[in-house]
Amino acid sequence: MFMHSHLLAVASVLAVVSNAALAENPNLGRIAAPEEVASWDISIGPDGAGLPPGSGTPKQGEAVYTAKCLVCHGEKGAGKPNDALVGGRGTLVGDQPPVKTVGSFWPYATTLFDYVRRAMPLNESKSLTNDEVYAVVAYLLQLNGIIGENETINAQILPRVQMPNRDGFMTFSRGK
Amino acid sequence: MRNNRSSVPSERYAVAGNGLLDRRLFLSAGAAAAAIGGAPPSKAGELPIEPWMKLPGSPFVGYGQPSKFESKVVRTFASLPGTAGTGASRTPHHLLDGMITPNGVHFERSHSGIPDINPDAHRLLIHGLVKRPLVFTLESLGRYPRESRVAFLECGGNGQLLYQKEPAPVGVQAIHGLVSCAEWTGVKLSTLLDEAGVDPTAKWLLVEGADAAGMSRSVPLAKAMDDALIALFQNGERIRPSNGYPIRLLLPGYEGNMHVKWLRRIKVTEGPTMTKDETSKYTMLLPDGKSLQFVFPMEAKSVITQPSPGLTMKGPGLYEISGLAWSGYGKISNVEVSADGGKSWAPAALQQPVLSMALTRFRMAWHWIGGPAVLQSRATDDTGYLQPTRAELIANRGTKAFYHFNGITSWGISENGEVKHVYA
Repeated sequence: MFMHSHLLAVASVLAVVSNAALAENPNLGRIAAPEEVASWDISIGPDGAGLPPGSGTPKQGEAVYTAKCLVCHGEKGAGKPNDALVGGRGTLVGDQPPVKTVGSFWPYATTLFDYVRRAMPLNESKSLTNDEVYAVVAYLLQLNGIIGENETINAQILPRVQMPNRDGFMTFSRGK
Repeated sequence: MRNNRSSVPSERYAVAGNGLLDRRLFLSAGAAAAAIGGAPPSKAGELPIEPWMKLPGSPFVGYGQPSKFESKVVRTFASLPGTAGTGASRTPHHLLDGMITPNGVHFERSHSGIPDINPDAHRLLIHGLVKRPLVFTLESLGRYPRESRVAFLECGGNGQLLYQKEPAPVGVQAIHGLVSCAEWTGVKLSTLLDEAGVDPTAKWLLVEGADAAGMSRSVPLAKAMDDALIALFQNGERIRPSNGYPIRLLLPGYEGNMHVKWLRRIKVTEGPTMTKDETSKYTMLLPDGKSLQFVFPMEAKSVITQPSPGLTMKGPGLYEISGLAWSGYGKISNVEVSADGGKSWAPAALQQPVLSMALTRFRMAWHWIGGPAVLQSRATDDTGYLQPTRAELIANRGTKAFYHFNGITSWGISENGEVKHVYA
């Protein structure tokens, strides 16, 4: 396997580029099989590419939330002991402390799926099924008034969800 | 570096108000001797012969530890409710000197504890918009040419206490303890990306850790190709578990959160992935309700570490003021110090070496006459940027931005020698 990838890489180096630094590269990376990539490729961008099959509703999500999330994030996502997930609209301006939640602050709904699936619940991350993740996402979007009680979230719908603070961000540039 | 007598010729060496003296006072032996002379003899009596002068000391140990008398030189830390390792620990800069942070007190920020990674089982996957998706083992990475660079690492949230309306009654460790500096050694990321063959449409990377939080951030491809390092060693030894063992990404000058620890995956992408930590966190909320996103380099900044809260002045006399300055945009070109709350300034001596995107130690001579004083420092980097006052920063940005605070820190000194955090 080592010789195979080594020869492959050397051949492609010779064929494609003539870069002295690259020629000195030991070229020890092994070609990753598609199933190896698939098992680790869990990041979901704003276009929703890579979202898995499955779906969930707010009602289904409420059950998952109560069992897995409420202890840290409070009743209906109100927060305490950890981050509030619901509310805070209108707190980004003015003198009061900002309450930055999924509803008041997060620009992309896809981020919610990505983050819950990879990192939550904190003490057993990556344990929820895809349906459970879609359901919790649907529940949090519904609690924030972004979708209705009877709507379903799936791979097609999630990237099209319009988040309230979608236009609230500017790319930083030094000196501006 | 103290002298109890009040015979210091401060007027002759004065460079700014309230006792700041020419740096040559310390750097030139002649000047120092002229200023300090010799201390008067202490009360009579023999110098003692201590037990350690007579009996053999302890045996060798495999891995050394600091003196037991240095037990206060430790990180302070706090975890999120219900967790033991999700939070941050802070470097005790008031008790350190030089530019390198010892590995045992380098600051830490973890999002789901410190994973116990078996290096033989660790893999780095590079995929996405590449000709050849590749898997690397630690053994294979170890065969690549390595390079070293000294770089600071600073959490994007370092200094956030200074956004508060009232000065927090704490010191440099609590306010600025989320910055550290080490010599990092590893493989250039560009070497591995070249091997994978990056597609011309690619502009970003998604980088991800093997921790339970799967910490992930988007990084501009240009930065990755410029000076990013797949770091394997920290100050000469394998990276500590809390700092990313067995590999972490190093992005010199960029906010710490992006230097993903326990690096397991790099996905080459067209656009940013908009992860949780580049949307809901690490964005800066401005007074108009809009937020700045992708604030990557840490801005030029400095802080006085000695004297600072927790250290008490021991009577009037000659002191060395010392601190740290750094910029994510390049080298520190100048640090100025004030002892009168910013009314007058004088340049500090910069301890060599001064390296780009590394902590720089500065030093200043000061004759404290025993009256009230407000000590400040301000850094200028080699792009010409001058560190702003706290008031200037807040006038531009408000108090809700949370991240990237780089305004001036002030230490107030009272007549009894107490050092407190103040706004000035």
